[in-house]
Amino acid sequence: MVDPADLLDPVVTMTGFARALRANGVAADSTRLATAIEALGHVDALDPERVYWTGRLTLCGEPDDLPRYDAVFDAWFGGRLPPPAGGQPSARGGQIVQLRPVARRDAAHAEPDEREPQLASAASDTEVLRHRDLSSLSDAERQEIDDLVALLAPRVGTRRTRRHRPRGRDRIDVSRTVRTMLRDGGELAALARLRPRVKPRRLVLVIDVSGSMSPYADVLLRFAHAAVRVAPRTAEIFTVSTRLTRVTRQLRLRDPQQALAAAGTAIPDWSGGTRLGEGLQAFLDLWGQRGTARRAVVVIASDGWERGDAALLGEQMARLARLAHRVVWVNPHRGKEGFAPVTVGMSAALPHIDDLLAGHTLDALHNLADVIAHA
Amino acid sequence: MPPVEFADPPAVAAALEEAGYLPDIGIATAAFLALRMGRPLFLEGDPGVGKTALAQALATVTAARLVRLQCYEGIEASQALYDWDFPRQILHLRAAADTDDRTALEASLYDRRFLVARPILQALEHAPSVLLIDEIDRADDEFEAFLLEVLADNAVTIPELGTIAAAVPPLVVITSNRTREVHDALKRRCLYHWVPHPDFAREVAIVRRRIPEAAAKLVDDVAGAAARLRAANLVKPPGIAETIDWTQALHVLGARRLDPAMAEATLGAALKYREDIVRVQRDLASLLGG
Repeated sequence: MVDPADLLDPVVTMTGFARALRANGVAADSTRLATAIEALGHVDALDPERVYWTGRLTLCGEPDDLPRYDAVFDAWFGGRLPPPAGGQPSARGGQIVQLRPVARRDAAHAEPDEREPQLASAASDTEVLRHRDLSSLSDAERQEIDDLVALLAPRVGTRRTRRHRPRGRDRIDVSRTVRTMLRDGGELAALARLRPRVKPRRLVLVIDVSGSMSPYADVLLRFAHAAVRVAPRTAEIFTVSTRLTRVTRQLRLRDPQQALAAAGTAIPDWSGGTRLGEGLQAFLDLWGQRGTARRAVVVIASDGWERGDAALLGEQMARLARLAHRVVWVNPHRGKEGFAPVTVGMSAALPHIDDLLAGHTLDALHNLADVIAHA
Repeated sequence: MPPVEFADPPAVAAALEEAGYLPDIGIATAAFLALRMGRPLFLEGDPGVGKTALAQALATVTAARLVRLQCYEGIEASQALYDWDFPRQILHLRAAADTDDRTALEASLYDRRFLVARPILQALEHAPSVLLIDEIDRADDEFEAFLLEVLADNAVTIPELGTIAAAVPPLVVITSNRTREVHDALKRRCLYHWVPHPDFAREVAIVRRRIPEAAAKLVDDVAGAAARLRAANLVKPPGIAETIDWTQALHVLGARRLDPAMAEATLGAALKYREDIVRVQRDLASLLGG
């Protein structure tokens, strides 16, 4: 039985509210809760609008939190406050981006090789939301992940940064040189030098998890997990089918089984249709243009059976090519006999690709790791 | 001068408005709490929504000096905090080289007058002040860690000189365009606010305030077109800064309202990507709400 007096105590109310937020994935930790309670002391705590803003300013930490915060606030405080107009970053800030539906094209327009007999399933334009059950890994699959980690470990490419570390014979380190001079009574004995610090280059993997890619998506996700484990700060993983989903956070879990299970739950459109152009646009709008794709090695793993607008895909690939250091396209069919990059998506993307690689065997992934390392 | 005190968020809103910045209730509450609690304000939002302008307005309403630190890749403590004036130190050493008292000479080399104060130290030494740390997402992780240290105790420790603490802690405003995720440890210390694009009425009011001489119809037209551009799925949707530039450009050209010919001629003030311009030019009529 809750004491009615407790309901009026802001500490009790806010603690419960913060717990509800945490349960919904908002990073409302105890530090933030303490700030919120302190902040409430400065405003009129009986005014719902003040409480709404005070809570939002103190308990949220990123745009993704805001829609969740609004929902929990409504539920917790009895929906007394309508969500403020224009106050949300809307879909632009969301983690999962809903893409517009695309009208089914005439069968006559379909590419001839989409009816190849070796297909696992044809690319489809219907949005099928399906979670992939990745909860159990076989021992062989576990071993494979370890192999992939070993494969990538010493060899993610590096880039130069503007920061310097002392050493070598490049730029003069004025500060260190003068300090020595001052110590030596103004005598210039030796020049201290600087050389640029080297940092791992960012690696972005965009994995097509649509129906036609389903035989390969598993192994590619394992590859992605290996990449995140090798470079947790500089690798970013996205999946695309009918939606764009960022799975980097899930794949950061060290245990491969947990990581892949979490990613499987996070991907809402497993084996759905292929709308690569729109997915890529969402990626570039939300992440790529702002920095994730800049100077990065971007790997797109897809068979290129685009059911959306191929012109859009071409446009977005051009945009990507201007931002990225190197664009690598992994096509699982590349290694098969008689392959030609003739699917609509593939031919639209081709002019903007630096490397077109196969990705159907561990050997091919070996090759991919090589390209990433030397990019 | 006594520090400026505000009773509640609307009072802050009124003061900001007087300073030429039109806030919504979210921004006013954020500013109020930041002032009251002495917490840094962390502002995120698309480029051009007025994050930097808010810091400037806050400096005006609190009668404080604005100290701006623009972040960039590779920024280091010697550019953000302090540096020693090496040439002057050496000159001093040469001039006093004959003195017998070596210890006194050495001590005098690291005197306050040889210290060059960079923005953060300036803000700590100068009260009251607003410290704007602009585009923190451009700096790298190492810099964040260092910033966290300074913000935690509003003081800077210089090994040769001792600790310089702020008499009145500066109001810190940190902005980010979200080109990368800023570390949670830093955000946790701050009040977090996502700055949205203004709604139509507020945008019109902001542009009128900035360019009072522009025709009323023109301002309405441009704000409407800007709202449609933001909904049009562009590479870089225009921010409020672009709306102001665009209105200014049209006003300079003598426009009283937005017509297709004028819009096409001045589109470069609002859109900064060739793809966007090409796309909008294809359908100018719908941009104008026709």
